[in-house]
Amino acid sequence: MNVWRHVIIIGATSGLGAELAKLLAAEGARVAVMGRREDKLNELAATSPDNILPFWHDVTDLESVPDLFAQATQALGGLDLLIYAAGVMPEVELDEFDTSKDALMMDTNVTGAMAWCNLAATRFQSVGKGTIVGIGSVAGDRGRRGQPGYNASKAALATYLEALRNRLDRQGVTVVTIKPGPLATEMTAHLDQSKMMPVEQAAQKCLGKMTRPGEHYLKITHRLIFAVIRLIPGAIFRRLKL
Amino acid sequence: MASLQGFGGNCRSDGFLFHPTSTADLHEVADLALQSGRKIALRGSARSYGDPAQAAEAFVLDLSQWNQILDWNPETGVLVAEPGVTLEQIWRLTLPDGYWPPVVSGTMRPTLAGALAMNIHGKNAADAGTLGEWVDRIDVWSPRGTHILLPDDPDFANVISGAGLLGVITQVTLRMKRVPSGEVDVKSLHAADWAGQFAAFAEEEGADYRVSWIDAFGQGRGHFHSAHYAEDGRKDRAQDLPSRILGLWPKAWVWPILRLLNTRGGMRSLNSVKALGAKFADNKVHRQGLVEFQFLLDYVPNWQRAYGADGLLQFQPFVPKDHAREVFQALLADAADARMEPFLAVMKRHRADKLNWLFSYALDGYSLALDFKVQPASGDQQKDLLRRMTERVLDAGGRFYFAKDSVLSPSEVQRYLGEATLARYHEAKTRLDPNGLFTSDLARRLGLEIRTP
Repeated sequence: MNVWRHVIIIGATSGLGAELAKLLAAEGARVAVMGRREDKLNELAATSPDNILPFWHDVTDLESVPDLFAQATQALGGLDLLIYAAGVMPEVELDEFDTSKDALMMDTNVTGAMAWCNLAATRFQSVGKGTIVGIGSVAGDRGRRGQPGYNASKAALATYLEALRNRLDRQGVTVVTIKPGPLATEMTAHLDQSKMMPVEQAAQKCLGKMTRPGEHYLKITHRLIFAVIRLIPGAIFRRLKL
Repeated sequence: MASLQGFGGNCRSDGFLFHPTSTADLHEVADLALQSGRKIALRGSARSYGDPAQAAEAFVLDLSQWNQILDWNPETGVLVAEPGVTLEQIWRLTLPDGYWPPVVSGTMRPTLAGALAMNIHGKNAADAGTLGEWVDRIDVWSPRGTHILLPDDPDFANVISGAGLLGVITQVTLRMKRVPSGEVDVKSLHAADWAGQFAAFAEEEGADYRVSWIDAFGQGRGHFHSAHYAEDGRKDRAQDLPSRILGLWPKAWVWPILRLLNTRGGMRSLNSVKALGAKFADNKVHRQGLVEFQFLLDYVPNWQRAYGADGLLQFQPFVPKDHAREVFQALLADAADARMEPFLAVMKRHRADKLNWLFSYALDGYSLALDFKVQPASGDQQKDLLRRMTERVLDAGGRFYFAKDSVLSPSEVQRYLGEATLARYHEAKTRLDPNGLFTSDLARRLGLEIRTP
């Protein structure tokens, strides 16, 4: 089992990122948390003032990433684990085609991830160790009617991380894609959350899976269902209401 | 960027590695460090066991490629060398002319600057003192420029022994020791117990070198060696360490075998076998090459890997002669009670320093170097044991050696060094390194890093 001492989490003001920050800090790691909402960041840092270091950051501001990465690693005294948990999923109607919403999802869910993971990859490659975790989604497994932009962004993230994994595995670097199903977070607040996995439980499961390179679902049923869903021929899939 | 660790492999940190080979390079790196708000750590061959040659997130300056011998005068025995020159480079050049480094460690790999930053000692510590006593001049670089320091300059004794925290030693003028030959006559004595150990050291007081191996699972039993320079020895003896055992098995195979034995039971057996061997060798004298006698740590390549992924740590207390026996006995009893005996124990005789070194460890007494397998699985048990042992040493007026340290805390260092020495360090640090550029993981661990706004 890895012992992570220095962690960066991007997208930690709420949801899975925030829960992971709390769990890792409770285990003794120093965690730099990045997010846009200052009040939420400070609230999170207050839960473990010695171990959680807040940094204001908008992931769409790519130019700020290298400096922030350097600041965070220096403040932490190292880096063992980077978790990219930032993600947006604006509401999209079934008959809506909105390029600005799609661009926002690609910028936040994919390009921001690349900006951060590339820096972590460069560092981990040279020291021969480290873990990169991207929070993907089961939504990236197929292109579905409801969320073309979101599906595309999570698929792109999964493919990017797969490529990173194939590049870095032989150099001692672990790259992990976590594919949660719907979680009871702010992102899904507009939906019925009664059957969604609580975010605390999801974070706990994530920690257990982050030591093994590869793509991980948080539920065995998700793994089975999405294995089937991925096999459904397009001609049939487009007739389904999935 | 590189993941760096010391010889013991017990703690890693990532730093930005540079290989300067001139003061111009040093200026460039220092400017970059100041601009980016990063610190600088100095590294040679990283033969210190713990964390003085690394610093997380800092610019780590590996000086090992700055390694030319600038001048060697066999008439005077004076050598001038760059910081990254190793003890091996030195003896290979000077031994054919009848000179040997005045002080060597158990390995020939250390760089000269690294050896002086730690002010190393050898098996002749009771006679020759520390390496710094044999230095006529050092050139020391800091962002404020290069200073030439001679022994009468107070900063000479600050920088040598200063653990690389006060500046970069860029050049060293060293007095070598004339030796009659490349060989020593080594006498073996079997010590049955602690009394036997101390008696052996006393009996062989006139020897050029004295060292004793102790069975850490026994009651002080062990194998004492003394050595005299062989007046009629061969001057042209081939000095290289053999690469095979009995000319057959490559020594590179040894550490994986040792790793299999690297358990409490395995090491207990190995120590017993060695102790038995000492009985057969009792009172025998044999002739050895200087290299073979001095550099036991280089004898089995990569032996430290036998300690596994978590590495080893060495605990080497220096205890005044009047208390040494009771303290050493108690330390090994502590370890035995915790069922965490060191796997290797080596005792040496020391004398007080002749110069007022900053981080001085030497005293009129003995040191006992104990190699422990790092055992994270024991939770705090091993840490507690080492705390208890440290306390015992400090209570007896004992001291510690930063080249071997992995466990001290700021409060323990305060007790070991005393307020006056710490004040002296802070004064020198503020004067020589006002930006607090030089640091190390050791300095951070021990509260010796100067924080700057």
